[in-house]
Amino acid sequence: MSKGWDPAIADLDGFREAQQLAYRCAEAIADELTPGMTEREAAALMQHWLTANGANDCFHQPFAWFGDRTAFRGFIGFRHFGGFNPAFYPGSRKLEENMPYILDCAPTLNGYTADIGYSGCIGENRILDKLMDDLLEYRVLILGLVKQRKQLSEISQAVDRLCAKHGYEPRHKAYPFQVLAHRVEKLEADERKHRSVLNFGVRNIGKLVSDVAKGRREGWSPLWSSGHASDHPPTPGLWAVEPHLGFRGVGAKWEELLVVTEEDAFWLDDDVPQVRRWLSRGLEPLAKAA
Amino acid sequence: MSTQIKAQAEAQTLRVRSGDVELAVKVYGDTRQSAKQPAKQPVVVLVHGYPDSNHVWNKVVGPLSARYRVVAYDVRGAGESTVPTHTAAYELEHLVADLAAVVDAVSPEQPIHLVAHDWGSIQSWEAVSTERLKGRIASYTSISGPSLDHAGYWVMQRLRSAAPGEIAKVANQLMHSWYIGAFHLPLAAPLAWKLGLDQLWPKLLERFEGIRGESAPTQSSDGQHGVNLYRANVAKRLLSPRERRTSVPVQLVVPTRDRFVSLELLEGLDQWVDELWRRDVAAGHWLQLSHPELVVRYVSEFVDFIEGGEEPAALHRARVRSGRKPGNNKYAGKLAIVTGGGSGIGRETLLALAEQGAEVVAADIDLAAAQRSAELAELLGATAHARKVDVGDAKAMEAFAAWVASELGAPDIVVNNAGIGMAGNFLDTSTADWEKILHVNLWGVIHGSRLFGKQMVAAGKSGHIVNVASALAFAPSRMLAAYATSKAAVAMLSDCLRAELADQGIHVVSVCPGVIDTSITGNTRFVGVSEEEQKRRRDGAKKLYQRRNLKPQAVSAAILKAIDNNRQEVLVGSEAHGARLLSRLSPKLSRRLARMELSF
Repeated sequence: MSKGWDPAIADLDGFREAQQLAYRCAEAIADELTPGMTEREAAALMQHWLTANGANDCFHQPFAWFGDRTAFRGFIGFRHFGGFNPAFYPGSRKLEENMPYILDCAPTLNGYTADIGYSGCIGENRILDKLMDDLLEYRVLILGLVKQRKQLSEISQAVDRLCAKHGYEPRHKAYPFQVLAHRVEKLEADERKHRSVLNFGVRNIGKLVSDVAKGRREGWSPLWSSGHASDHPPTPGLWAVEPHLGFRGVGAKWEELLVVTEEDAFWLDDDVPQVRRWLSRGLEPLAKAA
Repeated sequence: MSTQIKAQAEAQTLRVRSGDVELAVKVYGDTRQSAKQPAKQPVVVLVHGYPDSNHVWNKVVGPLSARYRVVAYDVRGAGESTVPTHTAAYELEHLVADLAAVVDAVSPEQPIHLVAHDWGSIQSWEAVSTERLKGRIASYTSISGPSLDHAGYWVMQRLRSAAPGEIAKVANQLMHSWYIGAFHLPLAAPLAWKLGLDQLWPKLLERFEGIRGESAPTQSSDGQHGVNLYRANVAKRLLSPRERRTSVPVQLVVPTRDRFVSLELLEGLDQWVDELWRRDVAAGHWLQLSHPELVVRYVSEFVDFIEGGEEPAALHRARVRSGRKPGNNKYAGKLAIVTGGGSGIGRETLLALAEQGAEVVAADIDLAAAQRSAELAELLGATAHARKVDVGDAKAMEAFAAWVASELGAPDIVVNNAGIGMAGNFLDTSTADWEKILHVNLWGVIHGSRLFGKQMVAAGKSGHIVNVASALAFAPSRMLAAYATSKAAVAMLSDCLRAELADQGIHVVSVCPGVIDTSITGNTRFVGVSEEEQKRRRDGAKKLYQRRNLKPQAVSAAILKAIDNNRQEVLVGSEAHGARLLSRLSPKLSRRLARMELSF
């Protein structure tokens, strides 16, 4: 176990800045989306915005999913090869009125990496609204169980059960390794532009791989899922948590950094779009608890 | 019979003049109302078809006249009305003029509610879509008689589409209409009636339509002269149809086994009618003779609603809504009940039905789960209800069925899905265990099939009863004696019930899923082991089921397919197909395999 991890205030501020940058990017591009735009165009807009605003590396380059691809229906839901599926990459699907979309970006700013997910639609979509409302319960559930130091696999299974109760499909199971969350680590801060391979940032993936090796020795995994590899209490550090729900042809998610310390846990930042949305829709007091 | 005679005794007979014919009109119900005193009761006017006279309404006038003023008259050429000799005198405009004369005489101020059958319905379409009676008709209930002009457009639109499927529909209707061609032959039809068809007529009705009754005194004359209705109108209207639109609310009552009018003819009717309702009844052409109580109920509900009452749920469901996404409302106007609708296969089936336009009721022992399913169904655009029910409890199920009958009307689809799991040796299974599993898995299906089956029969619904059994119904196992027995019973019950309800056109299907990943594994009781061992085995079973990865969606899709194709049994999953095959090809091997001790 990575003992003695004590989040330095400066480090948390750095991660918070990166996460705010990522959410600002999603909101800015969401404003620019118009019917007819393709996933590739939206992803390119995000990439351009992030580069222009100081990001010089990433965990992964921006993803954008439109329509039933938000629920990973069809080919994109193909789960073999451990979830590594080229259909995840932004494609030529065109945005339409009332169609759900998900923007997902993971920029690195001054060596601090965030990973966020943002759901929305142009127009109205009742199913999407309901999914996004219900996503609040997941934020409360996950934090509560982490604070109780439950095993990560147990927490992920509790998420699966909540999905079953809600009648949703846990679509994060379609991610590589069926992860509900993954670790992010601090990188060296510099000004250079860093490389990505197959849309994934080399440095960040390198960190993840070394976490996997380290975790194997110490009995934990940086890839948080319902499986046995996650049969361990919450490991101190930063976790990008991304519950992703699907119902019929509509999917929605949020993704945020969770800070786990030796004794406690908290969401890195409560001033994020989904929490603001829950508060504005009067979903208190649950939203406050989140 | 006694009600008929009584009703007839109370009838007041009038002669109403219309041009150069005189019409025989009977008025039932509150005869004290006169032209001087404004009428309080709604007025219902009944128009008969061919080869009938007002006697065809005998079974419905009694109950209807208890609440309304009911008027039934003989159309020209029939019963005791004048019989014009020229074919031209039977053209629709004269028939509309006759109706107008009757309405002027019996209800000069209050708009009337029109109920018409067969040719009466054909001429009433003309009445509601032309100027002569504008504002005088409050509602129209049409039984088995389309507008000739709509039919003309229907044929043209289909022929123009040049699609083979559409043209086949036209051919099918022409085959249904063989008699119309025959009626155009000089002499043939009138001669048949003269030579004694009238004597044979009640026997023909009984033989082909299952209707018992006596021949009307004027049967021979009605048959001979009514043929002119066809000769004067059919060819003319079909070949050059005119646009016939109406703003009068129209309720179609459709006998789905009508030998004379094909159902396809009613497609696209909403393009001509502003407000349209449609109720299907699994019955033949003469609905007012075979199902008088249904005709009374449908007419009463419609009249009361139009008169300002509430729209009962069943009527509301019967509204034909245009503008819904085509191809997405296969079950529009249908009511579906799903037990165990709060999770797993039940919830998925409920949602799949809701997605296709059905109104749905989720019944579950867990009310919160049922409510959640209903909420999801509403998200899909359906009307949905949730009820807490213990399906094995006779009283609770009766109360539930009574609630459905009074609030929503008889269901069209019932999915008896609620079930629990149980595993372990037979000798370890206690009486209490047996009672528990049979309570849900068998009694639940018995109550659901019995109570809702009765409702379907009474309402003339050619509905569907879907009983969820299991592949274990035919795959014995020493580990699953109680569960497999309960499911085998469900399969046999379904087979017997299917045979019984076939006459009523009600379809019964047993669904036999294999290993489906639902919450049932987490709740399965493992008899004869400690709590700890039970938990271990549940986890083991859950893992096995997850590995199999067959989702409840696979079952719901199979159920919908079974409903659409009237399948008798559906198997879901290759293991179910394999077990079925084995049970047939080598029951011995199947029984030998039953001895295997599966360890989860």
